Amino acid sequence: MALFSGLSERLNHIFSKMRNRGKLTELEIKQAMREIRIALLEADVNFKVVKDFIASVSEKAVGEDILNSLTPGQQVIKIVNDELIALMGSSNSKLAVASKPPTVIMMCGLQGAGKTTFCGKLAQFLTKQGKKPMLVGCDIYRPAAINQLKVVGRSVNTPVFEKGTQNPVRTAKEAIAEASYKGYDTVILDTAGRLHIDEALMTELKDIKSEVSPAEILLVVDSMTGQDAVTVASSFNEQLDITGVVLTKLDGDTRGGAALSIRAVTGKPIKFCGTGEKTGDIEPFYPDRMASRILGMGDVLTLIEKAQEAVTEEQAKAMEKKIRENTFTLDDFLQQTENLKKMGNISDILAMVPGAANLKISEKDLDEKRMEHFKAIIRSMTMKERENPDIIKASRKKRIADGSGTSIQEVNQLLKQFEQSKTLMKNMKGKKRFPF
Amino acid sequence: MGIFAKIKAGLKKTKDVIAFKLNKLFTGGVLDDEFYEELEYALLSSDVGAVATERLLDELKAAVDKKLLRDRSQVKDELKEIMREILDENEMPSYEYPLILMVSGVNGVGKTTALGKLAKKFKSEGKSVMLVAADTFRAAAADQLEIWAKRADVRIVRQAEGADPGSVVYDALQSAKSHNTDVILIDTAGRLQNKKNLMEELKKITRIVNREMPDAAYYNYIVLDATTGQNAVSQVEAFNEAVDIDGIILTKLDGTAKGGVVFAIEGELSVPIVYIGVGEGIDDLQDFDSVQFIDAIFD
Repeated sequence: MALFSGLSERLNHIFSKMRNRGKLTELEIKQAMREIRIALLEADVNFKVVKDFIASVSEKAVGEDILNSLTPGQQVIKIVNDELIALMGSSNSKLAVASKPPTVIMMCGLQGAGKTTFCGKLAQFLTKQGKKPMLVGCDIYRPAAINQLKVVGRSVNTPVFEKGTQNPVRTAKEAIAEASYKGYDTVILDTAGRLHIDEALMTELKDIKSEVSPAEILLVVDSMTGQDAVTVASSFNEQLDITGVVLTKLDGDTRGGAALSIRAVTGKPIKFCGTGEKTGDIEPFYPDRMASRILGMGDVLTLIEKAQEAVTEEQAKAMEKKIRENTFTLDDFLQQTENLKKMGNISDILAMVPGAANLKISEKDLDEKRMEHFKAIIRSMTMKERENPDIIKASRKKRIADGSGTSIQEVNQLLKQFEQSKTLMKNMKGKKRFPF
Repeated sequence: MGIFAKIKAGLKKTKDVIAFKLNKLFTGGVLDDEFYEELEYALLSSDVGAVATERLLDELKAAVDKKLLRDRSQVKDELKEIMREILDENEMPSYEYPLILMVSGVNGVGKTTALGKLAKKFKSEGKSVMLVAADTFRAAAADQLEIWAKRADVRIVRQAEGADPGSVVYDALQSAKSHNTDVILIDTAGRLQNKKNLMEELKKITRIVNREMPDAAYYNYIVLDATTGQNAVSQVEAFNEAVDIDGIILTKLDGTAKGGVVFAIEGELSVPIVYIGVGEGIDDLQDFDSVQFIDAIFD
């Protein structure tokens, strides 16, 4: 698959024969919607949500003006994208605070959604905001669940209140008394994972709720969840009237259509995302990023924004000219590497590029230390060598390696990578612009 | 209770939340567009996925044309047969001992629980069993496995949290060799399939197993959560590329999810489904049976 493949490419293909300007016709929309439907379904958006969504978007799109800068295909994507963003709501991750402390936050969800891990992240997040949280182990069923919470609590310097396998309703109540007494302003309840159809365990949650009146009841959902996300979310919501949703494991390559489904059936905001295994990997929810992720178009918007911040327009133009004329030198390679660095962690950036997951890029290629070595190597070259790397043979390689404190192998690797970049650019020349 | 009954019992609780019951569709009537549309939605709602659903329906329509079927009631067995053929292409392995099983998969799919149940299963067949806690990353993962070891009354080899998983496996294999252990069950840390360096770690464990016990029967199973949608395809692909997956353990079938994504997986790769998890009890792991599995989707 090419770099910018997927939905936008398929749509461009459909629309390539139509070059009309003016308004979107019904036929155009119908053809495009077939592709969008598949994209949404393959992203695990619930089929009923897809059906409703397609119907309402089609209706809206008919007769809409095609903007000058866009093709009909791009216009349809733009409408779909805008609608998705609107549907998924705001990126407001504010948590309610109880009028009388402590504020109680109850986490709930299916087994293995990532509740305990997220509890730790939330505790750290709140601590950074100047709060004083306390964690409470209410999972008395899963073997070693409380141990896990204790380890997590230790790593984020937050105390863990637990009473072993005592009834969790009682534990929660005692925890709140303890928190008031010791001056903790927020209490995070880690409850056991349970099936939404397990009546006994759902009753337990209801009992905890009525006993401690949480300010927030957050449903933790694995972002890889399929069609069942709708059943799970609406069932938890009906029984507990949740206040928000947490989407976990978004650092994977899932398209995360569950986000849309859950939002559509519960109407509750998605407040946070879990984006990694470290305790700091917690982010607010960005509907715009999620929309392009669901459509399978990567995080193109954010990428463009970041690129704009890091590269001035003149630089970009100069670079484009060099690529066009194929006069890209090692000096430019050096400058590009620096620009890339300004944009942030390289693997993070790559994660935003649609289709990059399919490129064979190993962690090794992205090693920042290696980039530093490359810089040192280029700086140890003469101007002539940078302009024309072909002249670098054995003795020059040795000198460069010695000068930069690296090895001949590394010099070879750099030259190889530079050649690859040049080939890549040659291939990219054919593409006139970003498809989206 | 057999799996069929178990799955059915799980599903019964939710009769009203399941929007489409396939069986109802087949009670009679003509094979019109409306029928195929409803059938399509039913398959989609089971996580079969857009592409695999289209493939199933195309095959069904071809069979209908060929056999000149006219009525909805005739189509049911036809569809079941098509689905069964997809799942039955691969046979369940017959084990030889000493046997080494490694389970891997993304976070939170139920690896440790599945392994605890497998320990019990082999133990009750009279085998000597050892659990290996090679998940040294997740907090208290080894503690969790230790509790399962106690429940199943089998040995466990573990090291401190943060230890190198490769060294845990190495130690375990040395001990297994000296004890003539029949079954060695290796638990690994959950890892998302796009984390390249973590996938390398699995390769390393496999290298150690192949080096230390080259003559043992060695199987790599991936654990999939039945609640997972189409991402499961990418999971199986990535893990298979790293360590050659020999089978799938499909967990959490006691919920309302039906695990239809296996049809999307089997359309791309040929990896047999070996076990299914249908509950939290130690006996809630069953051999996979395609007929019962498909029946549960239809009910």
